Amino acid sequence: MVVARDDEVAGQDTAGALVLGLHAAKADPSGALFLCEAQMLVVADLHLEKGSSYARRRIFLPPYDTRATLERLAAVIDTHAPRIVVALGDSFHDDGGGSRLDAGDWERLATLQRGRQWIWITGNHDPSPPAGVGGDVVAEIATGGIALRHVPGSAPDCRAAFELAGHLHPVAKVAARGQVVRRRCFAFGPRRGILPAFGAYAGGLNVRDRAFAPLFPDGLTAHVLGRRTFAIAAPRLLPD
Amino acid sequence: MPDAPPIFPLPEPFAGWFAARGWTPRVHQLELLAKAEAGRSALLVAPTGAGKTLAGFLPSLVELTARGRHPDLSRGIHTLYISPLKALAVDIARNLETPAREMELPVRVETRTGDTPAHKRARQIERPPDILLTTPEQLALLLAHREAEAFFGGLKRVVLDELHALVTSKRGDLLSLGLARLGRLAPGLAAVGLSATVRQPEVLARYLPGREPADIVVVKGGAPPDIGILETKVAPPLAGHTAAHAMREIYAAIRDHKLSLVFVNTRMQAEFLFQELWHMNDDNLAIALHHGSLDVGQRRRVEEAMAAGQLKAVVCTSTLDLGIDWGDVDLVINVGAPKGASRLMQRIGRANHRLDEPSQAVLVPSNRFEVLECRAALDAVAEAAQDTPDARVGALDVLAQHILGMACGAPFASDALYDEVRQAAPYAGLSRADFDATVDFVATGGYALRSYERFAKIRQGRDGLWRVANPRVAQQYRLNVGTIVEAAMLKVRVSKPRRGVQPTQAWMRGGRVLGEVEEYFAEGLSPGDTFVFAGEVLRFEAIVENEVITQRTAPGTDPKIPSYEGGKFPLSTFLADRVRAMLATPDDWHRLPAPVANWLEGQRRLSRLPGREGLLVETFPRAGRHFLVCYPFEGRLAHQTLGMLLTRRLERARLNPLGFVANDYGLAAWCLSDLDAAIATDRLSINGLFGQDMLGDDLEEWLAESALMKRSFRQCAIIAGLIERRFPAQEKSQRQVTMSTDLVYDVLRRHEPQHLLLRAARADAATGLLDLARLAGMLGRIEGRITHQPLERLSPLSIAVMLEIGRELVYGEASEAILADAEASLVEEAMG
Repeated sequence: MVVARDDEVAGQDTAGALVLGLHAAKADPSGALFLCEAQMLVVADLHLEKGSSYARRRIFLPPYDTRATLERLAAVIDTHAPRIVVALGDSFHDDGGGSRLDAGDWERLATLQRGRQWIWITGNHDPSPPAGVGGDVVAEIATGGIALRHVPGSAPDCRAAFELAGHLHPVAKVAARGQVVRRRCFAFGPRRGILPAFGAYAGGLNVRDRAFAPLFPDGLTAHVLGRRTFAIAAPRLLPD
Repeated sequence: MPDAPPIFPLPEPFAGWFAARGWTPRVHQLELLAKAEAGRSALLVAPTGAGKTLAGFLPSLVELTARGRHPDLSRGIHTLYISPLKALAVDIARNLETPAREMELPVRVETRTGDTPAHKRARQIERPPDILLTTPEQLALLLAHREAEAFFGGLKRVVLDELHALVTSKRGDLLSLGLARLGRLAPGLAAVGLSATVRQPEVLARYLPGREPADIVVVKGGAPPDIGILETKVAPPLAGHTAAHAMREIYAAIRDHKLSLVFVNTRMQAEFLFQELWHMNDDNLAIALHHGSLDVGQRRRVEEAMAAGQLKAVVCTSTLDLGIDWGDVDLVINVGAPKGASRLMQRIGRANHRLDEPSQAVLVPSNRFEVLECRAALDAVAEAAQDTPDARVGALDVLAQHILGMACGAPFASDALYDEVRQAAPYAGLSRADFDATVDFVATGGYALRSYERFAKIRQGRDGLWRVANPRVAQQYRLNVGTIVEAAMLKVRVSKPRRGVQPTQAWMRGGRVLGEVEEYFAEGLSPGDTFVFAGEVLRFEAIVENEVITQRTAPGTDPKIPSYEGGKFPLSTFLADRVRAMLATPDDWHRLPAPVANWLEGQRRLSRLPGREGLLVETFPRAGRHFLVCYPFEGRLAHQTLGMLLTRRLERARLNPLGFVANDYGLAAWCLSDLDAAIATDRLSINGLFGQDMLGDDLEEWLAESALMKRSFRQCAIIAGLIERRFPAQEKSQRQVTMSTDLVYDVLRRHEPQHLLLRAARADAATGLLDLARLAGMLGRIEGRITHQPLERLSPLSIAVMLEIGRELVYGEASEAILADAEASLVEEAMG
């Protein structure tokens, strides 16, 4: 048995720096994206209260996923100190999800929202985020030529130079040294970026799935989450 | 055992039947009859060939015959037989039919396994047979049936076959809980346990139901086995597991015997050996291959050919370990080290089923360390020493499954069920708090923060009894019963070469399915890679749905042989101790082949010998790296864990560790920084490095990320019923399931680290994939007894460990490195 240490082959840390359209951005290894100029932090698919949604089927998942997700969100907000936070849709796993949030989680959310603008973009799981949750609720927004919406490519007439979306929960599968890793990732092309799901219990769809191809006619690069982000181009990405 | 066992005369028609065949009943067979007459339970410990099965059933057959035909067909089962293998139950049913028919006994025998059709199952409940042959899982299902009380109310006897094999696993836990319930449903129940020779029969006897301990009947082994180490012209190499050096001699031994069983430890070895034997098979000997990954049909054909005497040899893994009679084997060849003395005895027992004639066996060590191990095993066999594992502490995930099953059968009171559960040997020490926590887990998940009370699976009524909340819960239980969680497997299909259109679905490709491989193995293959499977060299094309699509290669293609760990056992503690003793006693080396003795002599001259109790740690520079090699002899799993923890500590000491390798005997780690310099300047202390405190924070930190731990957790989650088992129809999503239990593990670990399922997963890790218990024992043993030997170059012993470098990778533990690799290869491409 051989185990190689990570850094033996690791390249230097690029801190996830990117240029999207004309904007400098950082792909955070947590799965959030920071738009530097707008001071805007974007997270997709939080799926809060996904755990408790299974209880109806008598599958009792640990009811800590909301807390875990919000704590990770707090950490990444702490790192980047954004002026604006955008949740790219499917923030709540189902329309009843908000009512199942416990008092501690309401408080956590309120603390995160304090002192900054908070935007809920609606998704297919949460067409109407729970009342009293704070922040603004919109279908999509645009900032400096970047459109942000939940479902990628759902507004084809858009004149924005770049689109940021969620919905698909991209994951990448990579093989090397006779082993395979399957991890969440960002999917980036020249005109579009899809964020990984941020929620603790959110599953994933392989970027080689047919849902991705029409969205990336010029191909995509996966920025795979780990201790840092690893930029991996199409030839190394395996289907499930 | 008393000197003169009470002899119980064999009644008619049995006495006549024995006499007509010229048989004399064996003493232990009569002794078991006497125990039965006295209403006692008994454990029969006997080597293969002692007529154990008949001994187990004779009391039942005698009782049933005395009772005569009964008009009431719904009187319930008289004898329940439980075996670890479905095939064994079916085999025994056949064996019972012969005497029953010939003596015209008024006895109805039936089997109930996963293959029994629904209508037959239903009929068995209505009209139970006299003797029912089944498996632990089927017993659990029967006990969760609403009719369980009536069905088992009249049960008189239970026969537990191959008990030694059952009790070492979670299946043994499940069985013990089932037996405790049987003991309550049928208070007069007497049990017979049948076991191969074990180290502590009294521990095994506790598994038998009943408040009084069972009697133990021991049959001493017959003629001592004729067993030796195969002499080969070429000396075994320093490392490796193929035994390529011994092929000529193995082939000759097969040719000179009637039917040989060639046992190996892994499927990879089986495939390799089979290939090699075929290449030299100038005499056209009928040699077959049998291992657990092969298609069932193919395995059955091999078994039938064996029984029919059509084969000359079968190359097999432990799938043939258990007591099924397949034919007239006259030689057992054990390739590779036996890993345990008891396992070796079991395997040798496959040769020659007549107790009073010696079994013939040869051992074929595949490297020099294995020579030592084989020598130690031979000494152990000569002393009839056993190294069967200690009794288990019952797993909480299995208890959870059982509690739900009991609620499905009938409402239960906590107090009564707690008392009953403690009748099961593995749960004798279960605390009330743990029991209550498990009930709570079954009901609503058992979380501290908040519960899912509204959707509870079981609820306590006003009468204090727990009941299933909904009929669908019982259905869920039935689908998830059992403790065997299979690794995700993919079918291996050989497709015909095609041009043009690529079919999109596996079945459209046609071709034959050869068997199954672990998903993680298949995923590591790249298109064009070749590997050996089912005795053929296949070229990997793609994974389509649940199938690995392959093509046959041209004859003579060299396979890229898989590093295929399936079925590999770690070295037993008992043998490890003997190997250390042998190393520490140069006076005994004359019993070893000269190249091995010379190798050890070299070690003594150039470095030093590992002591019997302590630990030898060598450090030396090589090729710009600084190596640390140690020899704990505690088995691959414990060494793997030790390696993970050592590299963490070396990293913290800023010595830049780069990697490590481990095998059953030792461990080598390498760093960029000079270890000897660090020791000289007090930046590193060897004693501190191997301190027992590594099992504290370092372990916790590693467990957080460990893929092995996540795998343990997934198994516990499935067994305990937290998530649902997947079935063939749903298998496509299995990979996603693996993913989601990992997510659940991460969240639970952080937010409720003492949750029941995490405790269960940790308990598994202690004895299973991480072997923490053994590592802890070793760290305790070596404290204050560590010898550090700085060297200028590698030592003779270290070579045998270092040769593992580049050979194997541990599953799923180096994921960041893989990603960095993939990224770097692209950077290289881009830079030209």
